[in-house]
Amino acid sequence: MITLPDLVETVVKIAFILGLTIGFYAPIIGWIERKQSAVMQDRIGGNRAAILGFTVIGLFHSLADAIKLIFKEDFVPRGAETALHRLAPVISVVPALIAFAVIPFGGTYNLWGHETRLVIADLDVGVLYVFAIASLATYGVVIAGWASNNNWSLLGALRAAAQMFSYEVAMGLTIIGLVMFYQSLSLVEIVDKQENFYHWGIIWHFPAFILFLTCAIAENKRIPFDTPEAESELVAGYFTEYSGMKFIMFWTAEFLEIVTISALCVTLFFGGHQIPFVTVSGLIDFLGFLGPNGANAAAMLIGVAVFIIKLTLLIMLQMSIRWTLPRFRYDQVMKLGWKMILPASLIWIFLVGAGILTGVMPAV
Amino acid sequence: MGVIDDSEQAEAVLSDSVIITQLDKVVAWGRQYSFFLYPFITACCGMEFMSVAGPRYDIDRFGAALPRFSPRQADLLMVVGTISHKQAPILVKVFNQMTEPKWVFAYGACTVSGGMYDNYATVQGIDTLIPVDIYVPGCPPRPEMVLDGLIKLQEQVVKERQTNRVKGIAPVGEADDRIVT
Ligand code: SF4
Repeated sequence: MITLPDLVETVVKIAFILGLTIGFYAPIIGWIERKQSAVMQDRIGGNRAAILGFTVIGLFHSLADAIKLIFKEDFVPRGAETALHRLAPVISVVPALIAFAVIPFGGTYNLWGHETRLVIADLDVGVLYVFAIASLATYGVVIAGWASNNNWSLLGALRAAAQMFSYEVAMGLTIIGLVMFYQSLSLVEIVDKQENFYHWGIIWHFPAFILFLTCAIAENKRIPFDTPEAESELVAGYFTEYSGMKFIMFWTAEFLEIVTISALCVTLFFGGHQIPFVTVSGLIDFLGFLGPNGANAAAMLIGVAVFIIKLTLLIMLQMSIRWTLPRFRYDQVMKLGWKMILPASLIWIFLVGAGILTGVMPAV
Repeated sequence: MGVIDDSEQAEAVLSDSVIITQLDKVVAWGRQYSFFLYPFITACCGMEFMSVAGPRYDIDRFGAALPRFSPRQADLLMVVGTISHKQAPILVKVFNQMTEPKWVFAYGACTVSGGMYDNYATVQGIDTLIPVDIYVPGCPPRPEMVLDGLIKLQEQVVKERQTNRVKGIAPVGEADDRIVT
């Protein structure tokens, strides 16, 4: 039975997540990407777009891009499947957004007698849900490539499909060790078990983190795995025939996936909203001078802030990877996925199993 | 006051207080700082283009950094280098494939007038093929000149009426790869 406070709480949480991802991170990532590339190439980067004389270190260039793209011609090529051509960008964006539903961005707090858990949906099978949703994104890409009636689009889409499916297998396997360790598929439970700093995923599962991040970047088709949109070979890959707002939707999907990947990494490996050596109840006790409600609210804000800081650091890490490495050749991408990451993750599962059996790894 | 049928007239009557005018301004502001380039590079001017894009001169400062190799996503067609008659149909095709609004930047003496190639093989100025918005002569033009040209183009973009600006297809050749609506 859903009560009114529950409903209000859920709506607020959904609004917060949408605001955080689309409203905050999408433009900010666009800006970071631009500015970081400029800094890494010893350039200055966009700094001319100004509102009332303020440039905010080039942040308004993201705004200018958005305005221009909204008012750009909306183009459907001749011979394209019009309906599918319109639908594809939506199918790409939505999975990246709804994957966020199971990711906890804070702990449990008691506000004015109402138990508030900072996750939209606490599913028992959160990890599986994320993977299921992530594989839906493939449809957007494949439909975009097929509906465009363009050779490059189709080739890009086929590459993307092959690459995303291959890396999904490996990505799923890299997480198995973690699931064995925490004995749960619920992301909320996994975060709760990381209250003890010595049980953080990164400490016991560092190889899995490296493998997972590699697979996740490949799944997101970012450099060095951007063969589906390789400019020198495929013009712009599966979104060659998209202009204006539909084109920016593919970009947004890419940016949102960066956020989702980072959020998943934070949740699985970096303890979500947890601060090292500080428990949630300890934090609330420490803030006790604010009164019970004030202490809970302050602890909630601190938890969310810690989560966002970790998220941002991981996003920056992904950006640095993107601007550091050159693109793999297509066969190298496949070889890396099937011949290296997949066996490595299988070996890691074996090692974790042995570790748990012999008691080298602590029981959590 | 009578019926306002023409938007130009409406603008004059309603002055700056109405949202249409303001929308035009906002769009102009956005377009001015967000040129996605289509680098159509065929010859030696390309070296100088690299310099413009590189750290020293950094065209990204003006918001014109991102190259899109799909004409559908590009705004500014940078024609850099000699255009021979063999190359001309490709240039026209790329121009036709670009989505509105679009601008053309003639980069270097070759694109402006054919340059030193005053012969049967070279197009004597790309404005015989497609409408050009800004000419930057020089063989090759210095990066400062290119940046100056870009700033001038930005000023021009601000002055244009933004919301119903259509350039259409090139006056030469066939437009078989684009539905004109
Ligand atoms: S203008 Fe001069 S430098 Fe540029 S393409 Fe022509 S000949 Fe080469």
